[in-house]
Amino acid sequence: MTLRIFVSRDAGAVAVGADEVALVLGLAARKRGTEIEIIRTGSRGLYWLEPMIEVATPQGRVAFGPVTEFDASSVLDAMISGGAHPLRLGVADEIPWLKRQTRLTFARCGAVDPRSVADYRAHDGYRGLERALALGPDAILADVTTSGLRGRGGAGFPTGIKWKTVAQISAERKYIVCNADEGDSGTFADRMIMEGDPFVVIEGMTIAAIAVGATKGYIYIRSEYPHAVEAMNAAIAAAKRAGYLGPRIGGSGHSFDLEVRVGAGAYVCGEETALLESLQGRRGIVRAKPPLPAHKGLFGKPTVINNVLSFAAIPFILAGGAKAYADFGMGRSRGTMPIQLAGNIRYGGLFEAAFGITLGELVDDVGGGTLTGRPVRAVQVGGPLGAYFPRALFDTPFDYEAFAARDGLIGHGGIVVFDDSVDMSKQARFAMEFCAIESCGKCTPCRIGSTRGVETIDKIRAGDRVPENIAVVEDLCNTMKFGSLCALGGFTPYPVMSALKHFREDFSAAPPRLQAAE
Amino acid sequence: MTSIYEPWDAARGAEIIAQHTHLEGATLVILHALQEAFGYVPEPAIPMIASALNLSRAEVHGVFTFYHDFRREPAGRHVLKLCRAEACQAAGGDALAARAEAKLGIALGNTTADERVTLEPIYCLGLCATAPSAMLDGRVVGRLNEARIDALVAEAQR
Repeated sequence: MTLRIFVSRDAGAVAVGADEVALVLGLAARKRGTEIEIIRTGSRGLYWLEPMIEVATPQGRVAFGPVTEFDASSVLDAMISGGAHPLRLGVADEIPWLKRQTRLTFARCGAVDPRSVADYRAHDGYRGLERALALGPDAILADVTTSGLRGRGGAGFPTGIKWKTVAQISAERKYIVCNADEGDSGTFADRMIMEGDPFVVIEGMTIAAIAVGATKGYIYIRSEYPHAVEAMNAAIAAAKRAGYLGPRIGGSGHSFDLEVRVGAGAYVCGEETALLESLQGRRGIVRAKPPLPAHKGLFGKPTVINNVLSFAAIPFILAGGAKAYADFGMGRSRGTMPIQLAGNIRYGGLFEAAFGITLGELVDDVGGGTLTGRPVRAVQVGGPLGAYFPRALFDTPFDYEAFAARDGLIGHGGIVVFDDSVDMSKQARFAMEFCAIESCGKCTPCRIGSTRGVETIDKIRAGDRVPENIAVVEDLCNTMKFGSLCALGGFTPYPVMSALKHFREDFSAAPPRLQAAE
Repeated sequence: MTSIYEPWDAARGAEIIAQHTHLEGATLVILHALQEAFGYVPEPAIPMIASALNLSRAEVHGVFTFYHDFRREPAGRHVLKLCRAEACQAAGGDALAARAEAKLGIALGNTTADERVTLEPIYCLGLCATAPSAMLDGRVVGRLNEARIDALVAEAQR
């Protein structure tokens, strides 16, 4: 009997040796004369256990991890004999960290072969599209609205309203654009789903195309994600071969073509209008709104532009799950959020949960605190433009409005944990520096304000007229927040102001030792 | 030392450009394709792209210079990119970056005098749960520590 072994091909697993493990498994099996089949999946998102490998058994898939190339051979023996092994984790689906999640969007990620349409279908894939084709545009829009889905890129705009706006305009050409320019540090959910379950993104975009009457779609993936680019291209080719992309999708009258475009290292292109400019082959300069992309988007045509996770949530919703999706969550944040735990954290990875779980539960309980074992001092939620929260705010529920009420944002759902060795004035400086590096230059508050911000924080760190210079930074932040054209300049004040507010003790003359090291 | 890239050749450049002119908004696609072939975007290619896409030379130059990825000149034989964003900072990335700079004797953003190694910052590889991370010539490496960064630097110097 052939042993079926699953090894992740996710970049996060490959970065810690998954390819070498797969190689050793193959060699060890040949040596033992055992027939094995290695299936390269995505990651389940339990990154501290990567490379995590699984073997199919009558009881379900049994996981082992973290496996190094030096353990692979003995793990194979345990797989063959069914015997004990120190790295044996038990049945994968029963691992508590995985079991306590609500995996709607990430249900298949890590379980299926991301290159196989057949495997996708065998795990409930394309059920949403089949139902969408039977329902027609109006009923699709009604389902998306019912689900309460809000844009998962960070802005949280209701997806149903966005789609309806595009559907109501008549135009000879409309576009579906997927924003896969996931540049926020601490976020990797887009990368994971593109590498681990790319068909769910394709299916979501195809459903959007049918709902609004679009015939062409683009996925704009950042160049820092070569594995995701490769996975999406392979999936698009497979979907075309299976008749799920191209003319007459699934035998219907709809046609939809999809193409991957690769970014070129500009963070600001994650902003939707800069992304559209970049897709048009231009500098990634932010556009003034209005007009909204829904009215005048890519090449001036009506365009649905959504984040990867928004599209990936759609197939579940359209497969009859609109009401079930909306039943999860709290307040106006409905459904689930794929939360990413990162940085100095013991149990880092992808944790999909209904909105409402508290920050403290995520960091201390799910994440297990810091990897270094030192106390958690600060967490940054929502990427480089998100606020730093101290432990005092750990009762904040994961919810768009609750974070906004405390001058923070959930953004794309990334949480970066820092221990007590962090210097928060340095982090505030980095926020300004990053904004200065990445500013597109169109508006003055962002372009000039960020550079002045770096200079002024340097003065504070050097002990130069600290109270006066803190007042200057606060004034700069206000100008940037209210005067910038997009979220880059507008939200950079969040990490800076939150660091000042919650960690004021770090903003004074730096000890001489640190000054010398700069 | 043999390069994995082709030397610049105008006819070959024109051929690459022609392969992509039918695409909507082709400028970035062409710049990527040229850099993939030659290792950088040679100056003479800019007016060729402009002419092929019916754009001004200034427009193409503007696009070329806007994006961090595109190179004006060839990089070192190996490119080592260190993730310098917050998640890697939280996991000790600052000290490792300083260590790599010291070992190579260059600051981030530079190439060693022997043209073997280009050391660059990168703002997030999306490997934030296995931080700190790096990329050597397209190969990703996570959970970096002093020993691993030393090994990566040594590999890049070979």
